[in-house]
Amino acid sequence: DRHLSRCDTKINVIVHFCDRKDEDDGTEIGEGGDEWMHGKTLIKPPDQLDLTEAELKEEFTRILTANNPHAPQNIVRYSFKERSYKPISSVDQLAVHFFLEGNLLHRDSDEARRQKAKQGLPDEKATVALECDVSFFPQLQAAGGEEAGDVEEGGGEDGAHSVDSKTGKKEQKLTNQFNFSERASQTLNNPLRERGCQTEPPPRASFSATANQWEIYDVYLEEMQKQEKNKEKAKAVPKKEDDKVIYVLAKVAKIIERMVNQNTFDDIAQDFRYFEDASDEFREQEGTLLPLWKFQYDQAKRLSVTALCWNQSYKDLFAVGLGSYDFTKQGRGMLVFYSLKNSTYPEYNYPTTSGILCLDIHPDRPYLVAVGFYDGCVAVYNLKEERPEPVYKSSSKSGKHTDPVWQVRWQKDDMDNHQNFFSVSSDGRVVSWTLVKSELVFTDIIKLSLVGAVSEGPEGVPPPTMACGTSFDFHKQINYLFLVGTEEGKIHKCSKAYSSQFLETYDAHNMAVDAVKWNQFHPKVFISCSSDWTVKIWDHTIRTPVFIFDLNAAVGDVAWSPYSSTVFAAVTADGKVHVFDLGINKYEAICQQPVVAKKKTKLTHIEFNPVYPIIIVGDDRGYVTSLKLSPNLRSKPKEKKGQELPRGPEVEIAKMEKLLSLLREPENSKA
Amino acid sequence: MAEVEETLKRIQSQKGVQGIIIVNAEGIPIKTTLDNSSTVQYAGLIHQSVMKARSTVRDIDPQNDLTFLRIRSKKNEIMIAPDKDYFLIVIQNPSD
Repeated sequence: DRHLSRCDTKINVIVHFCDRKDEDDGTEIGEGGDEWMHGKTLIKPPDQLDLTEAELKEEFTRILTANNPHAPQNIVRYSFKERSYKPISSVDQLAVHFFLEGNLLHRDSDEARRQKAKQGLPDEKATVALECDVSFFPQLQAAGGEEAGDVEEGGGEDGAHSVDSKTGKKEQKLTNQFNFSERASQTLNNPLRERGCQTEPPPRASFSATANQWEIYDVYLEEMQKQEKNKEKAKAVPKKEDDKVIYVLAKVAKIIERMVNQNTFDDIAQDFRYFEDASDEFREQEGTLLPLWKFQYDQAKRLSVTALCWNQSYKDLFAVGLGSYDFTKQGRGMLVFYSLKNSTYPEYNYPTTSGILCLDIHPDRPYLVAVGFYDGCVAVYNLKEERPEPVYKSSSKSGKHTDPVWQVRWQKDDMDNHQNFFSVSSDGRVVSWTLVKSELVFTDIIKLSLVGAVSEGPEGVPPPTMACGTSFDFHKQINYLFLVGTEEGKIHKCSKAYSSQFLETYDAHNMAVDAVKWNQFHPKVFISCSSDWTVKIWDHTIRTPVFIFDLNAAVGDVAWSPYSSTVFAAVTADGKVHVFDLGINKYEAICQQPVVAKKKTKLTHIEFNPVYPIIIVGDDRGYVTSLKLSPNLRSKPKEKKGQELPRGPEVEIAKMEKLLSLLREPENSKA
Repeated sequence: MAEVEETLKRIQSQKGVQGIIIVNAEGIPIKTTLDNSSTVQYAGLIHQSVMKARSTVRDIDPQNDLTFLRIRSKKNEIMIAPDKDYFLIVIQNPSD
């Protein structure tokens, strides 16, 4: 066969197939092929290839492989991993030639069994469908326990039926046809009930919040506080339990009150801050005082202001001591604190049994206030405490004065860090009081003796040798040096070190010295005023006054200004405030202004505010008026062009010194 | 204790004060001197304003906190002083 030409083979194959179809066996085919071969030599198809003998004899190798010739050899698939097309190495060589889904099942397979079962039932059902249903009902009734006969009948029927029903299914059940009874019973089917219950849905609340920066900060703060508490394990301090809501609002209510007041007195507040009297430009040297707030307290109506003091730390807070200067009308007193922020009601007030005559606020501890009374007691109040009584009070056992205390002044803490203050009284003693734990310890510093009156009185009784101190002041820089003014009109310069002798005595006034004050800047200058209508300025090295001013009425108080060494103010009994500036006018006041409406009101005290350009003036009706100083009263020396204006205490001292030297020179020349 | 009561009375007696309302942290008025409907209205609206203002201040600097808020209108001025749990509203007409 290998020598067969190509076309012969082809034709051969075709012939094979055709034969197969007719179901002939192979031998016949072979024969057919032989016959055809025989015919080859004789018949040649017209389009047969002409090949040479050599070509005809060429051997062609045919290899049978299992490869599917139709299978593609270069299938390429896209690989997502490598993101490129990759050739598939092995290609499926299976070639399916014929595919037919059949529906033959093996008889033992699941599907076959299922089908059998299904086929079995439909056959039976078709025959006995209705009869079966009927048969079941009487059975139910039979289960109720009826007579045997009935049952039998039913059973007999059943029997017949059941026979029928069973025929189709399996092998026939042989039954006794005479008295066969089949019993069946059905248990009571409990009626099904469905029970359900619904629970109450859990309470829900929807929560929303914003996570702001400050909320986060708050949470962190709380955490920190908790941690700190755990660390400390502090004992639980019993807090005051405020039952009512309203009591929590104390601070807030205060703020609101101040704001409401600010609104009500809005124009005053604006004036206080911003108003500068423009007409001062045209007034040459004079100035004016602009009235601002007026402070009054109902319960203090009939008392007169006996002391004023600004607080050094809280520049808007000042203390007012109320009492009476009248010897015959002595009664109660009051210590009241006002703030400029609220002019209608005091911040603190303490009623006292005896009139207050003087007070002083501690410069470093603004909550401590020393008070001197008309009955000779001194007391110290602590503003931080809630109670209305003083924390310390002197009593007759502990060295209180026997006469009214006219002035108290705090001193620097002593070496044991105890606070102490001095007091001066009409009984002629200058006493130092020290706050030791819970009591006041007193030390007599000096006893003021009358100078020069050594003559014997009638009946050989020695005259009283004690002078009555009415005011004193400590030097700003030299701590031990102080001045005392007496009722006799003399001023004594004393030192804390010497208890029996004065360093110097000045014949100051003809009547009691009401106030004596050192200058804030110049270390040598002090001022004094008296009911003899005069105000005198002294240089403590000279025994005569440097300046004398006559004010035509009893002078209640005088005060240096904190911003200039040459400016001071005085108040008189006719209701006027006099402001002097020695740098501008050495002989006259640059401002003389009545500040209280009725002329019968006497002004009793005056104080400059340490920072703001205002003064407070107290009168004998219990009112305190605040006034703003106009620019002329606060003038600073004009700066020369090109030069920076030097500020500071040295300038002030220099100013004063210049003034004094001017005065001294003519004196010297005179002398 | 009675100080606060007295303070509130004094505020009420000041010139031009129309009413005081105390509101708790949730915006419910606790005590008031105005009539019911106005109170409820003021409390609700102002509560929101105060929360917003406080949030503004604290967002800028968490260590800061709102101490006072004033809303001035043509006819009157509303002042609000917030506390930790409550706030106090005062309506005043200063030019009265």
